[in-house]
Amino acid sequence: MKRIAKLLFCLVFIPAAPFLSAAQVITVSTDGSISSIQQAIELAEPGDVIEVQAGTYVANNLEITKPLTLRGINRPLIDGNGEGTILVIRADNVTVQGFELRNTGRSYVRDYAAILIDQARDFVVEDNHLFNVFFGIYLAETDAGIVRNNHIESYDRREASSGNGIHLWYVRNPRIIGNRVTGMRDGIYLEFVENARIHSNISNGNNRYGLHYMFSNGGTYYDNTFRENGAGVAVMYSENVDMKNNLFEHNWGPSSYGLLLKDMRQSNIEGNRFYKNTVAIYSESSTNILIKGNHIEQNGWAVNIKSSSARNHFSENNFIENSFDVRTDSPRNNNVFEGNYWSHYEGYDLDRNGIGDVPYRPVSLFSVIIEKQPESLILMRSMFIRLLDTAERIMPVLTPKTLYDEQPKMHRIQ
Amino acid sequence: MIEINDLKKSFGNLEVLKGMNLAIPKGQATGIVGPNGAGKTTLIKTILGLVKPDSGTIRVNDITLNGNWQYRRDIGYMPQVARYPENMKVFELLEFIKGLRKQEALFEDELIEQFNLGPELEKFLRTLSGGNRQKVGATLAMMFNPGLLFFDEPTAGLDPKASQKFKQRVKNEKENGKTVIITSHIMSELEQLVDYVIFILDGNIRYYGSMKNLLTESNEERLEGAIASMMDVA
Amino acid sequence: MNTLLLHISKNEWKSLLRGKWVVGYGLIFLLLTDSLLRFGGGGPEALLSLSNVMLLFIPLVGMIYGILYIYQSREFVELLLTQPIDRKVLYWGLFIGISTPLMLAFVLGSLLPLGWHGILMVDSAASAMVLGLGAVLTLIFVSLGFLFGLAFYDDRIKGFGFTIVVWLFLAILYDGLVLMLVFTFGQYPLERFVIAVSMLNPIDLARIMVMLEFDVSALMGYTGAVFNRFFGSGLGTIAASSMLTLWLAIPTWIGLRVFNKKDF
Repeated sequence: MKRIAKLLFCLVFIPAAPFLSAAQVITVSTDGSISSIQQAIELAEPGDVIEVQAGTYVANNLEITKPLTLRGINRPLIDGNGEGTILVIRADNVTVQGFELRNTGRSYVRDYAAILIDQARDFVVEDNHLFNVFFGIYLAETDAGIVRNNHIESYDRREASSGNGIHLWYVRNPRIIGNRVTGMRDGIYLEFVENARIHSNISNGNNRYGLHYMFSNGGTYYDNTFRENGAGVAVMYSENVDMKNNLFEHNWGPSSYGLLLKDMRQSNIEGNRFYKNTVAIYSESSTNILIKGNHIEQNGWAVNIKSSSARNHFSENNFIENSFDVRTDSPRNNNVFEGNYWSHYEGYDLDRNGIGDVPYRPVSLFSVIIEKQPESLILMRSMFIRLLDTAERIMPVLTPKTLYDEQPKMHRIQ
Repeated sequence: MIEINDLKKSFGNLEVLKGMNLAIPKGQATGIVGPNGAGKTTLIKTILGLVKPDSGTIRVNDITLNGNWQYRRDIGYMPQVARYPENMKVFELLEFIKGLRKQEALFEDELIEQFNLGPELEKFLRTLSGGNRQKVGATLAMMFNPGLLFFDEPTAGLDPKASQKFKQRVKNEKENGKTVIITSHIMSELEQLVDYVIFILDGNIRYYGSMKNLLTESNEERLEGAIASMMDVA
Repeated sequence: MNTLLLHISKNEWKSLLRGKWVVGYGLIFLLLTDSLLRFGGGGPEALLSLSNVMLLFIPLVGMIYGILYIYQSREFVELLLTQPIDRKVLYWGLFIGISTPLMLAFVLGSLLPLGWHGILMVDSAASAMVLGLGAVLTLIFVSLGFLFGLAFYDDRIKGFGFTIVVWLFLAILYDGLVLMLVFTFGQYPLERFVIAVSMLNPIDLARIMVMLEFDVSALMGYTGAVFNRFFGSGLGTIAASSMLTLWLAIPTWIGLRVFNKKDF
């Protein structure tokens, strides 16, 4: 609470303070003396508030080049009429709130967006509804901006002709909070972003990734929901990323992942819930990742870890009724599995210390079999396969001999 | 009445009935005798519809058997081995069969009294003695007052007193004009109960006629001797 | 429903309830499900363990139960056959009379703990499916047991032996053979073939339905078009459930024909 109050103070009062005495309110309405937003922007002095009354305003490439607050009253609609970008912010300390924006242009060469923030800082874009847009909110070379509680929805199922919901490119210190993104290419896209803080967003039903992290170090994302995205969530070529308490669910398909890690270093994945994904966590060429305290339930494969990944550490996770626990492409193992709960574990705990007395081998023979002969998938859960799996667990021949959890927990970890 | 024409039945390679012809008029009491495996039980089971003949026809009360079941309304059958569901009480079995036949159980109380089954009614069938089970079987066969009665080795498990009562009951039925058919190994019993004898050997009827004739023809005083001499001839 | 048929079934119900055997069977499932939920974690875990037990044991118990009934009730059935009733009615009356208590014992035994642990509300579709499959498997295998009892009417040793062999074959060996075929003919496209072959085994059918409920995420990872169409759309569920219906219809129908023509 205290932190939020402090934040609010910084956001509202410090930038506004120099203009406080001079600030005036300009009202735009369809039947008033000022009936165009463009006109109001031109009239306004830095620090002024423009209040736009409900109604439909057709406009595009509305450029804001001075610090202003653009506020929609009863959610006025700005219709881009299918041409270009609707709103462009090129000044610091701009606030845009309470609008509905529709119909940007679409292009294979230009990234038209509903709201473009270009080389600005300390902006707030909040509580806007964006429909039928190419890109939603586009941040380019910005610093310390806030994108909060926006709702972005478009339906173009082709990956190439849809843009990203919230797109960040060369951005520092962004806060992406409480937005809902549906039907875009990537829900939230980051490229060359530093120190991002992304939380409480819902990104579902996007054509590609719910969240796509590229070359972006030192950020954190938590409490988000990523559901039914074409390929799940991808976090790539980055380091020091914290991923906590997110929900990854129902990401289905041969190349769909709850969380895809590629060339990641020194990051934490903690307290997340992975539910009914084809692959919950996929890791390729990633190192020194701590995967701890996650709840991984009813996925096709809980973990698919390629041999290029090393020194990753899985501990205190709950692996519950995943069709397969771990899959890997190498007989050697360079990662650590320690102290997890595996619901498929059939060992015993004679000394009653809560830790199973025999190690658990999470790579089953059957997962090796279907790797060789995928049609045998149809035999999943059959008694014959269970017998084979049990025999293999007792005497591993075809599964990696060194991949095991020496301290499997007997009970779920709370 | 029962009419049988050229009845044949084989089980696998074994010919059990080899073209049997038979007419049993209404009201006649008939004993069926013959060595084990001669075809007595198969003959009765065929008439009851338990066994389906390979060829030939059977008519019971002018109904030709073809897998139909209605003709059995007029048939009561007492099996040789009486085994019933263990967890059923005697009265429940009686009620159950009554529900199946949907006929008036005219003689139910009378038979229960005659066979002294009253104290057994509330007991589970598994706790009943063999004799009492036989009595239950006899009751089931006769209580609906059918015109045709089949008894398969009826007195095998009965004590002398019960046996006595049973025979008395059968005689009464006979006097009331019922058609009675009995198989038995106890010839003295047949002598008391039946007027006609069918002797079956190897799937054929060797003799069918009145008891009196049989004894006269074979110059024997007792049925046992008459049958034995017929078997010697064969 | 035919009142006579109901009369026969009711008599079996009463008799079986008194036998306590069926009640004990239901209690076993009650204890099993309850302890799975109490000690084994959440709903899906318990439901999967329950379905494993179900897929393995219901076929065996069902068949033994069916064949045992025929053997134990020979004389009684013969007595009933001499009564003025239709054999067809008797057959259905007996079959329904003995199979439904076993089915209900499983369903109630498993349903009650699922209810009081609150799983029924949370995983209602999955619970309903596991219970429904158990119910259908019970009917299928009791009818098979019935059929084997009629087919090996005079040779109990053979009848029981045959039952055990059929169970071993369907529950375990069959899938081993499928796996062997898959590896032998691995170079050919096999998807259609393995689907077809799995459809011929009722235990596999039930297993596939369990798989469709609990392993869809993994199934979606498979790239073959035929599997994807089969598992990804409602097609798999429809095909598997209609085959299960056939599996129920055919043995009961054959049983009826055998019963109708049989010399007792």
